[in-house]
Amino acid sequence: MIDVVMPQMGESIVEGTLTKWLKKPGERVERDEPLFEISTDKVDTEIPSPTSGTLSEIVVQEGQTVAINAVVGRISDGSAAAAPAPAQAAVPPAAPVAAPPAPAAAPDAPVAQAAQPAAPAAASAPAPEEAAGPLSPLVRKMARENNIDLSKVRGTGAGGRITKHDLEAHMAGAGAAAPAAAPTPAAIPVSGAPASLPPQAPPPPQPQAVATIPPQVEVPLPPREAREPAPMPGAAPALRVEPMSIMRQKIAEHMVFSKRTSAHVTTVHKVDMTKVARLRDRAKAAFQAQYGFGLTFLPFVVRAATAALRQYPIVNASIDGTNIIYHRDINIGIAVALDNGLIVPVIRNADEKNIVGLQRSIVDLAARARSRQLKPDEVTGGTFSITNFGSFGSIFATPVINQPQVAILGVGSVTKEPVVVDDAIAIRSTCYLALTFDHRLIDGALGDQFTAKVKSVLENWSEEL
Amino acid sequence: MGSRSISDPEGASPAPGAFCASQSAARVELRDLGRVPYAEAFAMQRELVERRKRGGIPDQLLIVEHLPVVTMGRNGHDANLLAAPELLERAGIAFHRTDRGGDVTFHGPGQIVGYPIFDLREWKRDVVAYVRGIEETIIQALGEFGIEGGREPGATGVWVQAPAGPAKIAAIGIHISRWVTSHGFALNVDTDLDYFRYIVPCGLTKPVTSMRALGSRARREEVVAALARAFGKVFQREVQAEELVMEKL
Repeated sequence: MIDVVMPQMGESIVEGTLTKWLKKPGERVERDEPLFEISTDKVDTEIPSPTSGTLSEIVVQEGQTVAINAVVGRISDGSAAAAPAPAQAAVPPAAPVAAPPAPAAAPDAPVAQAAQPAAPAAASAPAPEEAAGPLSPLVRKMARENNIDLSKVRGTGAGGRITKHDLEAHMAGAGAAAPAAAPTPAAIPVSGAPASLPPQAPPPPQPQAVATIPPQVEVPLPPREAREPAPMPGAAPALRVEPMSIMRQKIAEHMVFSKRTSAHVTTVHKVDMTKVARLRDRAKAAFQAQYGFGLTFLPFVVRAATAALRQYPIVNASIDGTNIIYHRDINIGIAVALDNGLIVPVIRNADEKNIVGLQRSIVDLAARARSRQLKPDEVTGGTFSITNFGSFGSIFATPVINQPQVAILGVGSVTKEPVVVDDAIAIRSTCYLALTFDHRLIDGALGDQFTAKVKSVLENWSEEL
Repeated sequence: MGSRSISDPEGASPAPGAFCASQSAARVELRDLGRVPYAEAFAMQRELVERRKRGGIPDQLLIVEHLPVVTMGRNGHDANLLAAPELLERAGIAFHRTDRGGDVTFHGPGQIVGYPIFDLREWKRDVVAYVRGIEETIIQALGEFGIEGGREPGATGVWVQAPAGPAKIAAIGIHISRWVTSHGFALNVDTDLDYFRYIVPCGLTKPVTSMRALGSRARREEVVAALARAFGKVFQREVQAEELVMEKL
């Protein structure tokens, strides 16, 4: 069995993302035939197989990022005997992601040397093959040379397999010279290097993988379990590393870019939605029956926003250097939440649509956004955006501007509440509208005039549906 | 002139022009192919990579220009389901999946696309150093036209500082097989930047720019020459212009 490892693709590179297996498990691969592909930065690299054989196991799945020299898969050469591994496969396997890159992988030599005094106990060491799962030639060799009872080593590799790292951790934990007949660890007082070493034995150089154990300790150590380094085999990992999806990376980029670009200011107006709510309540059922979709508050807000954008065209503009670009068309982006991201499809010429047309567009764009069937020109060209966080229960928020636009309107949830009307307490449907605007272009007064216009249209709704 | 075809690049005719004075430096053959369909350039690269691996030819620097085409690297599938190929087609843009690093990009007229077929074993076995070298090449070439290119941490490519923040002027995407590189870079000279709209699924990328947009009136040939000079300097190679006849590929 030959380990296939993540190759070192350059000095500064400590990890790589396995992007594609070019062979399936069980498939035959020839030496030097491309076996998998990795990605580092903007470089995709085909990695040739280190040997001929059958790809017996895929340890690292496509999309996973692992450290240099981590075992990514195994190739069985068909013979049970540990054949001398070709040069590439001889690289020490299984450095976990957190480990330093290749040079840090401790060579066999020092470990073997430290263990020599224990050689007489060799007879009691069971054959390495008794351990669960196939072992790499390197692990077999290390176990043999160090007389390690592999049944006592906890494997952290794929399927509980024992890796070189496990052996090192085991040796460090047990004291390098503790063979099969190890004394009860809890009882060992330790001063200096592992106490069970015969005095004449040179203290073993600490392999880097277990460097968390201090080489000089003056006080008795707590029981072995308690002084094991944190990421010990078998322990549930405290961290999980998962690469961002491309969409997530783009959202992250865009959000930071927007924050860096615009001077974000948010103004919040409270709007009495009672009139709209009544209209909506009256029309909802008929709407569903006639058009096949419900009626929400959102198309009303879009409609009101287009009226305000007509009145204040600078809110429908963008900035190019020191120029202001005014857009003739009012194309409104509607933020749509996806499972793991968001997208902002655009209703073109939104001001030319009535409530039915707007609601139809919103339903259609949202559905196709979620099934990923939007066309490229349906997510570009927006001149203003609206985000409806109210649908998730938020009463108001401070949205981030969708560059290169200069403003975004956030709609809070519509709730009934007691308000004072003409010195009497009345029950009204209200919501908060939050306008985030780019203060480079839009001053506070204008931002408020714009929002007040939206509010006014909504509160004095006069259009038929 | 024009007698050396790609089918016989091993022949030894003197190069018509050299961009790097050093006699001892290894040679890179510069082949400016002009306008080449993407698929053709891709096939040509494959062929040259195989020859380079066998040691049959020296390092190559292919320079081409493509008709509008959107290409997607191996890692780009996720984001680009939005860029429905048939829609691109309607806009006159071809679509290709390809095997370079990076996700989606656009090539089109006005862009200098460089495909170095470069054996890293004879330079540095370091893919990141290579990418930085390509960036450096473009930065140096831009410098000849008074444009200050730079890098953005975590965002491979060459960037310039526009008033609204950094804008990308050159994209990079590399494929490596046995340390031999293919694909490479695309520098916007006077590309119609409107095309980039099609590869921005949610307006979620930084802006792109071109030398033209930054006020440069540099001609394509001048920029190619500057790139060749910079490539020679950065990678310590002697870059020699070669004629290439396309009949075979």
